[in-house]
Amino acid sequence: MIKDIKKWFASGEPWIWLNAAAVGASVIMVVGLLLLIAVRGLGHFWPHAIEEVRYQWQGEEVRIIGEVQGEEEVDTQRLIESGIPLETDELEVTRYLMKIGNRDAYGVDFRNIVEPLVVARERPRDLIAVERTEYGNFYGYLREVKEAGNVVASGETAWDELQARIDRVSALRDDIRAIEKYAIGEINYEIEKLRLAKRRLELEGEDTPENLARIDSERAELDEQYNELYAELNALYEEIRRDSFTAEIQDGRVLEVPMERVIQAYRPNAMNLLQKIGFYLGQLWNFVSGEPREANTEGGIFPAIFGTVMMVLVMAVLVTPLGVVAAVYLREYAKQGPLVRTIRIAVNNLAGVPSIVYGVFGLGFFVYFLGGNIDRLFYPEAAPAPVFGTPGMIWASLTLALLTLPVVIVSTEEGLSRIPRSIREGSMALGATKAETLWRTVLPMTSPAIMTGLILAVARAAGEVAPLMLVGVVKLAPSLAVDGNFPFLHLERKFMHLGFHIYDVGFQSPNVEAARPLVYATALLLVIIIVVLNLFAIAIRNRLREKYRELEN
Amino acid sequence: MNDNQTMTHGVDIGSLKQRGPELSLDREDICLEVKGLNLYYGEKQALYDIHMQIPRKRVTAYIGPSGCGKSTLLRCFNRMNDLVDGVNIDGSILLDGEEINSRTVNVPDLRRRVGMVFQKPNPFPKSVYENVAYGLRLQGINNRGTLDDVVEWALKGAALWDEVKDRLNDSAFGLSGGQQQRLVIARAIAVQPEVLLLDEPASALDPISTLKIEELIYELKSTYTIVIVTHNMQQAARVSDYTAFMYLGKLIEYDATDRLFTNPKNRQTEDYITGRYG
Repeated sequence: MIKDIKKWFASGEPWIWLNAAAVGASVIMVVGLLLLIAVRGLGHFWPHAIEEVRYQWQGEEVRIIGEVQGEEEVDTQRLIESGIPLETDELEVTRYLMKIGNRDAYGVDFRNIVEPLVVARERPRDLIAVERTEYGNFYGYLREVKEAGNVVASGETAWDELQARIDRVSALRDDIRAIEKYAIGEINYEIEKLRLAKRRLELEGEDTPENLARIDSERAELDEQYNELYAELNALYEEIRRDSFTAEIQDGRVLEVPMERVIQAYRPNAMNLLQKIGFYLGQLWNFVSGEPREANTEGGIFPAIFGTVMMVLVMAVLVTPLGVVAAVYLREYAKQGPLVRTIRIAVNNLAGVPSIVYGVFGLGFFVYFLGGNIDRLFYPEAAPAPVFGTPGMIWASLTLALLTLPVVIVSTEEGLSRIPRSIREGSMALGATKAETLWRTVLPMTSPAIMTGLILAVARAAGEVAPLMLVGVVKLAPSLAVDGNFPFLHLERKFMHLGFHIYDVGFQSPNVEAARPLVYATALLLVIIIVVLNLFAIAIRNRLREKYRELEN
Repeated sequence: MNDNQTMTHGVDIGSLKQRGPELSLDREDICLEVKGLNLYYGEKQALYDIHMQIPRKRVTAYIGPSGCGKSTLLRCFNRMNDLVDGVNIDGSILLDGEEINSRTVNVPDLRRRVGMVFQKPNPFPKSVYENVAYGLRLQGINNRGTLDDVVEWALKGAALWDEVKDRLNDSAFGLSGGQQQRLVIARAIAVQPEVLLLDEPASALDPISTLKIEELIYELKSTYTIVIVTHNMQQAARVSDYTAFMYLGKLIEYDATDRLFTNPKNRQTEDYITGRYG
């Protein structure tokens, strides 16, 4: 018997099983993680049915309207102790979490109800859900649609009238946004530039009357343009405020909701599957392409996606040349000795420094020292407001470039050491200098290894949050780092980041229940973006490998 | 052509007698001259006091057992040993009467004049065309027309044109070993060197490819001074005009190939070429 077991061990089979079990566990963990965030995150955008629940509360029957967002089994005793009068023998009862919306009317937009107190649940087809720019969702029964205070439609026709007017409001909102964000934004940018130009003239002592007059005339021109736009904007605001609708909410009150705040209205109970799928995809698109509202708990996360990708790309652009040049020097030019060995060990150990330490360094060195000095030398007119001497995308990218530098150096060095001597000699024998050999033959052949380093760097950088909080990430960035104002690329600006967004929405938001699904959805998106960035880099590497494939022999 | 046939197929050394007028270094134009060359790898001496003259537009072969220093000596002619750490050289090597071991020599320029082909084919991971054009691009020649002409000329010179003319833009790795070696030769002659150093150019190749390389060497010697290292004595006998026998870092005997093989003056040479050791 013991002999058999010994033989079994000697055959190596138990180790194979052990390996298989380890791989299996890893796969299950990864798949489980992705599945969890995918299910929790993606479910949020589905048009859930709105239920009308008649509920026993404090001795009377009340009506509750809302979406059931979750259910759990709760210990009965605990509920009774918390003051809910339950008369049941069961040890546990089901508790539902309902999103009742209408924060402007009730103050809160979530409510717990317990199963034994529910009298009846229905899903009336004419219940509407309205997504608004403020106060979250609105749930109720549509009554009338009004134009400038006068009823234009009521009853059955009101729904179609409402939709038509929502379209009108959307168009107006787009116009307003175009003027506010782009036209006026551009003018403000110009005015700010003029202010700085004027200040600079003063500082340089060149504030001659002619120069000042030129600036003033330009300023006057801009002011005039601004006033025109402002008038136009006011007219649009007047227009958008014209309509409203009234609806009955759960406690029987009839509220008037200004159309200005309405983004869309839908009747999930009346939708068929196809309509629901269409709505779902639309919501998904809005999430990915829209801007956040309501302290980031609603709307989209486009600025965060943009910020993440842009930061990683800038980081890649900074770290690649730096890492490659350092690796080439260490491997090809430096005299191999104790000093180089020490440097190499130091570089490798940099990879083990906690990332927040890089953040502190970035803040101290890049932001305050480098940025502060750049401001002093080149932007004296902006003082006391900092331009570069404040956290921003360039500093975040630089900090992450520093963080990922060891990875790039190590893999580039490895790649360089794999290039066969015969190739270098072949090139030198044709009269190439060492630099020419490196540039024309060795570095192209090392490019797959460089890409490998970059892939690892991107994977690490895209997921990093802690150092960014010190050197450039903010909860809400007013403008992206790329826009239509010259010089188009504004790397000194602060930016939003998906990783920080998750933290902010999940733990800093005033409305935790509403934000929870967004945490999962954002996490899923972050994973997807990292995967896409990596696949992109891997595709490039594989092409390079194919090109220089004979390297491996 | 008939002569060529005899040269390359006739394996027996006796047939070398048919080569015509007797060769003698006294009558040759000297291209490379080595004087008192000593070479050290760190503490270890690898070459001892080498003196020899290499004639222009002839094939000079080095033979000798492995580790005797023939490749090391060859690599002195284009200063390839500079790339090896811890190598010290004294003595002088003159190319057309000019010292090549001095500090003032422009080494890349020297290597352009003294081309080299290595034991294993080492094409670059580029197309056939770009491999041949590499040396020209290094010199800043990027004119497409010039490059086209030189690439065709060099590939024809290396007897490879007919085989690759339809796939100039394919990767050089797609070629067979023998073709790759001829490509490397084409790459070397494309920069029009004076001297071509061949370091066991056929040792990694099959017999047919070896034959082609040998034929090619025979063709090339009308234009270039060729120095070849081989440990195949038959090959040395077939392709070279002069042969040097080296042993343990010393030049034992150096003479016209016919004389060295038929009538060696030195006992060690005789032992080696008759196969008694080595």
